[in-house]
Amino acid sequence: MTAPAPFRASTPVFRIAGGLVAAAIAALVHVAIAPGEAARLEGERALVEALDLTDLALFTEARYGRHRSQADLHSAFQDGPMLAEHFPAGSMVPPARGFPPAGFADGEGE
Amino acid sequence: MLELADVTKLYNQGRPNEVAAVRGVTLDIEAGKVTVLTGPSGSGKTTLLTLIGCLARPTTGRVRLNGEILSGLPEKFLADVRRRTFGFAFQRFNLIAGLSALDNVMLPAYPLGPPHRRLTARAMEMLANLGVDHRAATAVENLSGGEMQRVAIARALVNDPAIVIADEPTANLDGALVGQFLDIVATLKARGKTVLMTSHDGRISGAPVVDRVVAVADGRIAEAAA
Amino acid sequence: MGAWATRQRYLIDFAALSLWRHGARSLGLWLIYVLVVFVVASVILYGAAIRREANAVLDAAPDVVAQAMRMGRHEMSTGADIEKLRGLRGADRLEGRLWGYLYDTSAAANFTLQVPSGFDPRFRLERGEAIIGEGVARLRKVEAGKMLFLISPARRFLKLKVKQVLPLGSALVSSDLVLVGEADFRAFFDLPAGQYTDIAMRVRNPAEVGKIAEKSLLALPGHRMVTRADMRRTYEAIFSWREGVLVALLSGALLAFAILAFDKAAGLSAGERREIGILKAIGWDTGDVIGMKLWEGAVVSVGAFLAGTVAAYAHVFLFSAPLIEPVIKGWSTLFPRVTLTPTVDALQVATLGFFTVVPYLAAILVPIWRTASADPDRVMR
Repeated sequence: MTAPAPFRASTPVFRIAGGLVAAAIAALVHVAIAPGEAARLEGERALVEALDLTDLALFTEARYGRHRSQADLHSAFQDGPMLAEHFPAGSMVPPARGFPPAGFADGEGE
Repeated sequence: MLELADVTKLYNQGRPNEVAAVRGVTLDIEAGKVTVLTGPSGSGKTTLLTLIGCLARPTTGRVRLNGEILSGLPEKFLADVRRRTFGFAFQRFNLIAGLSALDNVMLPAYPLGPPHRRLTARAMEMLANLGVDHRAATAVENLSGGEMQRVAIARALVNDPAIVIADEPTANLDGALVGQFLDIVATLKARGKTVLMTSHDGRISGAPVVDRVVAVADGRIAEAAA
Repeated sequence: MGAWATRQRYLIDFAALSLWRHGARSLGLWLIYVLVVFVVASVILYGAAIRREANAVLDAAPDVVAQAMRMGRHEMSTGADIEKLRGLRGADRLEGRLWGYLYDTSAAANFTLQVPSGFDPRFRLERGEAIIGEGVARLRKVEAGKMLFLISPARRFLKLKVKQVLPLGSALVSSDLVLVGEADFRAFFDLPAGQYTDIAMRVRNPAEVGKIAEKSLLALPGHRMVTRADMRRTYEAIFSWREGVLVALLSGALLAFAILAFDKAAGLSAGERREIGILKAIGWDTGDVIGMKLWEGAVVSVGAFLAGTVAAYAHVFLFSAPLIEPVIKGWSTLFPRVTLTPTVDALQVATLGFFTVVPYLAAILVPIWRTASADPDRVMR
């Protein structure tokens, strides 16, 4: 006759540790198989090649933003002649909402 | 089996508040006997107990266990001697709050690494022998004073030590429980354990189970009564 | 199980009980720990993934882009400029690119109008046809087969039938694109024939890029040459900058947490010192006490590292990093719904693990060592 093993405080610790390690391994397996990723990346590259793209579409709000690597380095309002503008879409200060006045740019105002 | 030879213990040595808690004590504890150290508080009897139990090392003098000098051993060996030879029951029980009675009893055996099932069974047996097994799963801070003391004694016995040391065992107990404690001591003695206690309680030093009473005063042995 | 392992398991038992006893306090600290690791790991994973993606994508970009300059500012290139480069040996595919920006007032976003190069028949467009990026379709709420109206700053109208929406998977490079035919483009922007925005060039032998850029500069002294390496550097700089901002924002929180963790780990309360005394008195040696405390620290810190990192992985790669996106994105109105290829930089993650676990254990070790190696007789007093 064997009594059930007495409770040990380390057992739940091992269980949690095992769960975390399993989750970490699952993440690594996810990296390795990365469902559909290879095809997606290949499509992306093909598009870049076909369209002769040079830049990422991450920051599109300023002229120098969308094509950062193509921005001219010597125009007015740059921080320094050899500095590419470093903070497109600045996070700290919101754009002025009141400018341009409504309808100004699309020709319906004035 | 345990001999103290001209043992001195200084606290805060070399500083202005230096205190000599024990001064030149020579004492022989016999195996299988119950010995009680008596004396007023501050007389040095608790310090003497810590020296005997290897909880502290004497400033000068020697402590011998079965002829072997303990006072010079490195800490690691001392800890090993402590857990194999001595079982301690402290005045304030010194149970670890938040743990169950069973966990507390098992603690001294952890460093020896016995199989968990066997250790659990042994700790339950210790609690059962002292009649507190029904409280095994209770957190120790929820036990009564008497139950706490029995758990503390069960903890002292779990490694089957040859010498059981109890510091003021009845200080926190009321009348009826003192008798029960002396019964436990008698059982231990019957099983061949050496028991060493400090107490300034007349009910303990006068009990028939006690073989020897040593009076301590001002850090010295004052008299040895039968 | 060997004797050593049995003993360690007992020490873990006690460490686990210790944590359990201080339930709410341990759990609270642990959750903050997890949160800190989570945020830092999210930044690390996101940064590594977007760098990798940018690098992989820019691999297919033109080797050199020649850009006309006039009085220090960007100018149009001409057909004659392209002819001057045609004679260069090694310059393979050479093409005048046509692209420009349009601020779209209804979407409050900049679109990039571009004429697809003639090399790929899939992107051949008739008059009045357009292929648009995912962001444009999203902001203007159009889909394939529907009409898209654009108004130029000079108030010319362009009525386009959407032939195709570029796949979401390529949004990182194509989100803001409106591809139109050359005739539409020139009419819309009032651009005379024979003028181009810049010149894209591909080089047969990658080792010759520098040399060909040099020769191109000699052939077209008024131009500047942007090589693919320059493009890469630009993005490396921008990602580093953003990461730097994140880390700077985080550093205060990190420091506060470090102080909290060290205080918790290092400062032994009277109760804890007493407990160590009890353990030593009942037969534990210094090594057992230190081992137990290290296990306790390891459970907390390794657990926090694993939980935080795994959660960050899910956050970045399964949910597209909603929590750090605002910092990356800024006030972008047309931020692409970026899908990132899952990638883990082993060295970075290992570094994070090291700095999560080791300082915490070190903070535990020092004060415990002092307390645990003292004689345990104070529990008697």
